[in-house]
Amino acid sequence: MSVSFGPSNPLLGFVHRRRRGAELFLLVLALAVGVGAYAAVGVGVEDTVPADLFGYGGWLAGLIVAAHLVVRFVAPYADPVLLPVVAALNGLGLAVIHRLDLADDTHFASRQLIWMTVGVGLFIGTLLLLRDHRVLTRFTYTSGLAAIVLLLMPMMPIVGTSKRGAKIWIEVGGLSFQPGEVAKVMLVIAFAGYLVLHRDALALAGRRVLFVDLPRGRDLGPILGMWLVSLGILVFQRDLGSSLLFFGLFLVMLYVATERAGWLVVGSTLFVLGATAGYFAFGHVRERFEIWLHPFTYYKTGDASLPSSDQLVDARFGFGWGGLIGRGFGGGDPQLVPFAESDFILSSIGEELGLTGMVAVLLMYGLIVERALRAALISREGFGKLLAAGLGAVIALQVFVVAGGVTGLIPLTGLTTPFLSYGGSSLVANWVIAALLLRVSDLARRPIPDLSSDDEDADESATQVIKVAR
Amino acid sequence: MNKPIRTISLFCLVLFLALMANVTYLQYWKASSLDNDPRNRRAVDASFSQQRGAILVGQNQTPIAKSVPSKDQYLFQREYTRPLMYAQITGWYNYFNAQSGSCSTCQRRIEQTQNDVLSGDDDRLFVTRLVDMLSNKEPVGGNVSLTIDPKAQEAAYNGLKNVLGPSGEGAVVALEPRTGKVLAMVSLPSFDPNKLASHDLSQVTKVGDSLDNDSSQPLLNRAIQTTLPPGSTFKIVTAAAAIQDGLYTKDDLVPGGATYQLPQTTGDTGLVDNEGRDCGTGRIPFAQALENSCNTSFAHMAIEVGADKLREQADAFGFDQQYFTDMTPQATSVFPDDANEPQTGQSGIGQYDVRATPLQMAMVTAAIANDGKVMRPYVVDEIQSPEFEQIEKTQPETISQAISSSTASQLTDLLVSVVDDGTAYEAKIPGVSVAGKTGTAQTGTDAPPYAWFVSFAPADDPEVAVAVMIQKAPNVPRGEIAGGALGGPIAKAIMEAVINP
Repeated sequence: MSVSFGPSNPLLGFVHRRRRGAELFLLVLALAVGVGAYAAVGVGVEDTVPADLFGYGGWLAGLIVAAHLVVRFVAPYADPVLLPVVAALNGLGLAVIHRLDLADDTHFASRQLIWMTVGVGLFIGTLLLLRDHRVLTRFTYTSGLAAIVLLLMPMMPIVGTSKRGAKIWIEVGGLSFQPGEVAKVMLVIAFAGYLVLHRDALALAGRRVLFVDLPRGRDLGPILGMWLVSLGILVFQRDLGSSLLFFGLFLVMLYVATERAGWLVVGSTLFVLGATAGYFAFGHVRERFEIWLHPFTYYKTGDASLPSSDQLVDARFGFGWGGLIGRGFGGGDPQLVPFAESDFILSSIGEELGLTGMVAVLLMYGLIVERALRAALISREGFGKLLAAGLGAVIALQVFVVAGGVTGLIPLTGLTTPFLSYGGSSLVANWVIAALLLRVSDLARRPIPDLSSDDEDADESATQVIKVAR
Repeated sequence: MNKPIRTISLFCLVLFLALMANVTYLQYWKASSLDNDPRNRRAVDASFSQQRGAILVGQNQTPIAKSVPSKDQYLFQREYTRPLMYAQITGWYNYFNAQSGSCSTCQRRIEQTQNDVLSGDDDRLFVTRLVDMLSNKEPVGGNVSLTIDPKAQEAAYNGLKNVLGPSGEGAVVALEPRTGKVLAMVSLPSFDPNKLASHDLSQVTKVGDSLDNDSSQPLLNRAIQTTLPPGSTFKIVTAAAAIQDGLYTKDDLVPGGATYQLPQTTGDTGLVDNEGRDCGTGRIPFAQALENSCNTSFAHMAIEVGADKLREQADAFGFDQQYFTDMTPQATSVFPDDANEPQTGQSGIGQYDVRATPLQMAMVTAAIANDGKVMRPYVVDEIQSPEFEQIEKTQPETISQAISSSTASQLTDLLVSVVDDGTAYEAKIPGVSVAGKTGTAQTGTDAPPYAWFVSFAPADDPEVAVAVMIQKAPNVPRGEIAGGALGGPIAKAIMEAVINP
């Protein structure tokens, strides 16, 4: 862990290397994953290498090289692992969606490639325009408001649409859009900006009850507000996953900002209360819970009055069918699972790439989270720490909620799998998250300027030294 | 803020470890139980698309069921080369019964009972599977070779078909006495398994429904699933009990007479007659009693032997038991429990509540041909690898010594005289000594009788034992329905097919 507190202590004189060469090498591997998987899909399903392999590979390579060049010039000290992992996941997701296209005669992959292009464009744009992420503190309340508006939009009469029982979509001119995916980035920015200002008040005041520091009553305002927003999403949009994600995210950031476990106790209690109330008050929550406990009882009952676990059990069969090494692309029937290209893309990977592929994918997500939290650790100022930790937590929670739901660890909730699932809003939002994480890590790893007159930074590092010593 | 970030890192680590542990549980420990779920379409699809092993018969190992490449959504189509003749043995293989063990109460024929071998999942095929996997070949199922003699099967099918006509009902079983091998098994009416194995599932459902609703029950394998009163063929069992018990030898005189009033009865209901056959008066030779199928003699003898001993003898031949595992379910042949004297008398001539399957009567006949030893009947001769190498061969198994070898040889002599000089003359084969017995069982007042015929040959070194059962022969006038006339020629054709290949 010397790396993580090293830069906070200038006396050590540790300077991060840029490692752009390493990133390029890893990107070549990531490209090999994406193009290789695409070729394997062609060979496995149609017995020929896809005719457009070079065009496709070239497009993918172009996007990756462009992203790399921009990182090299505007974020030279950025973490070298993040971009390759993200590129590999996106490439794999494209191949799996293409494989499902071949089975279902759909055309999601080409649209997903366009969305990836948009995503990489926004990634580049974010890095170019946002030379210092602290600029975002100016937009704390703006982005908070924007997030709430985005979350409310699906409930508006004209643009909001309901799909699969969840009102989390808006539709404008034939284009559907999941505003929650963008809102989560906005929320992280808003929380980070708010908490970095108010952390002392939230952290220092309060009473000690049974070894736990409980916060002051008046400071409970924001947490209660966030709790209500989460409950609102659960109640009005019937979206358990987003509700869990936003509230969990808020708790994690509150805890990081205040260093007080008391917030976690309060927040967890509130969440359990809310979830329990939801269980008793809302049929759809109860149904989700019931089919989680007894999936095989509700499989293909043919009784419309009962909840259906078809998707869940079909996915379960897919995972079992994949076994340790999977059936290989074209060797399974991942299209038997409804929405295999979006919410249930992990079951397609589990079936055709097996446990090996699943663990590899989970490890890649683990790497993204680890890299995000590492950026938070080495960041020299509070906003960067909160931003990186929040973005890492978003990805960790989202992966846990969706992968846990698909594999039956927790009740199923509808969320996309970052970078893998088909869906424009999700993919674009996640590329922006990647750009923000690179920006935070770039500033964190950058050598400290010789003359530092930034009081906040000085305070920050002083605090750090004391803590390490403690 | 670094301490909470480290705590959060640990928390995330726990989350990811939980995900990995769960997915490992799902894809490693739980995988096989998920694959075996009958509702798992992937497993059904895969086993349905696989090249299944063949079902083979005869010296030349001719396939009667095989998988041929198919151009539709599945890679292979199951094909039955002699569909009507072998339908009751092979059964059929389609999308609905592809999953092994999906239905334990349904009728299971070779396609189902040998599914593990045919699909290649059987443990005995493990090495083959491993080699296929290592050489990256698509796994292929093993083959099942049957004991059926194609010539005997053909003779049985054609013979029975001729007698029954298009809408008759009946069954034939031929056994190899020494081993219990089933050489022929036919049940009519039959059905076309190719129609049930079609990939057009709506067509399959339609054909299946019409077969289910057919009042002649074509899906029923009457050879093992229908029990009927065996009539006079059961007199063999009564005679065996009497000789085994020491009451008579084949050269003794037995009770005769034109009529016999059963004990404890008066009037017509308890009066046994011989429908005009010559059964003498007082005491007559054992051979005459059997040659002329004297009801009076055997009803009387049954009472002399007693209900308990008669039942013991019947059970020693296989009544009241299940012994056939290659196809299920099997109907149990029954000898009534606790019969009183008049009931015993009726039972002794194969009436009252005695019920037997054609297979059971073939076993009785085969036991006499095999020095009194009852062999377990079997249809699956060999399990073979996809390359036709023998992996396992079924070993003959003795179920019981129903009668002594001396009793068996005395009965053989008596039964030879039934063919030579008695009612079973239709089964005579020039130059071969044949043993046989006819039977015509009354079913009541209105329905025509059931005709039976059992025989084996050559009597001195038996190669084949046959039981023919004719349940319904609409083309034959009611008065002409008799075991000898209808069953004799069929039995003769089968025996000839086996003896003179």
